[in-house]
Amino acid sequence: MANTYTLISSNTLSTSAASVTFSSIPATFTDLVLRISARNDRAVTNGTLRLTINANSSSIYSFTFLQGNGSAASSNRSPAITHLTDIPLLGSSATNNTFSSIEIYIPSYTASQKKPVSVFGVNETNATAIEMKVNAGLIDSTAAVSSIELTNVSTFQFISESSFFLYGIKNS
Amino acid sequence: MTDTPTKVIVNCLTGEQTIVPLTAEEIAQREADAVAFAEIKAAEEAAAQAKAAAKASAEAKLAALGLTADEIAAL
Repeated sequence: MANTYTLISSNTLSTSAASVTFSSIPATFTDLVLRISARNDRAVTNGTLRLTINANSSSIYSFTFLQGNGSAASSNRSPAITHLTDIPLLGSSATNNTFSSIEIYIPSYTASQKKPVSVFGVNETNATAIEMKVNAGLIDSTAAVSSIELTNVSTFQFISESSFFLYGIKNS
Repeated sequence: MTDTPTKVIVNCLTGEQTIVPLTAEEIAQREADAVAFAEIKAAEEAAAQAKAAAKASAEAKLAALGLTADEIAAL
């Protein structure tokens, strides 16, 4: 795998930002992988990150997630909404200097077919309960993914030192 | 004076990374999103409180019928 797992672009925030967008994603890979270490300024421990593709905020995103926090487990389904969400994102109530660890996988991102997305994310804090979540998403769009935007709910912002890495994987 | 929120754009083709202030339209949209988000959270909290109250009421009624705490918990 190593010689086909290529860093396309990355960004580590030097100041807070409302969103991070990877634009002009090359169509030369088979799959995309986003690795994220992030946190925002919302006054909660377990918040959520949002993802849209191709600047498309139509109701084309659906997902089912499972989550647990060490004492309780739950699941939920959201059909046809304007973004992929319920992706774990630490807020400002978590222990200082901790960040969420998130992987988002988009296979066959250039294929003319609907786009499945898998998400695995964990939060971190010095407490007995903290959230981890897996999320199976589907984007009802056959367009190749050429941009990915990561945003916060409401007016919250990613904090400085949040980092975002976009990798491409080839099948040969 | 509050700093204007920004967005970061990473151009994967050129490697260029830009920090762009949000437009007035984008800021207005975020503020509208914030209002909608607050309404959703308030509704979720109200629903959770109503559910907890209904559960407590049901448990009290079952206890009044003679069920033990273990029997209620087993339901």
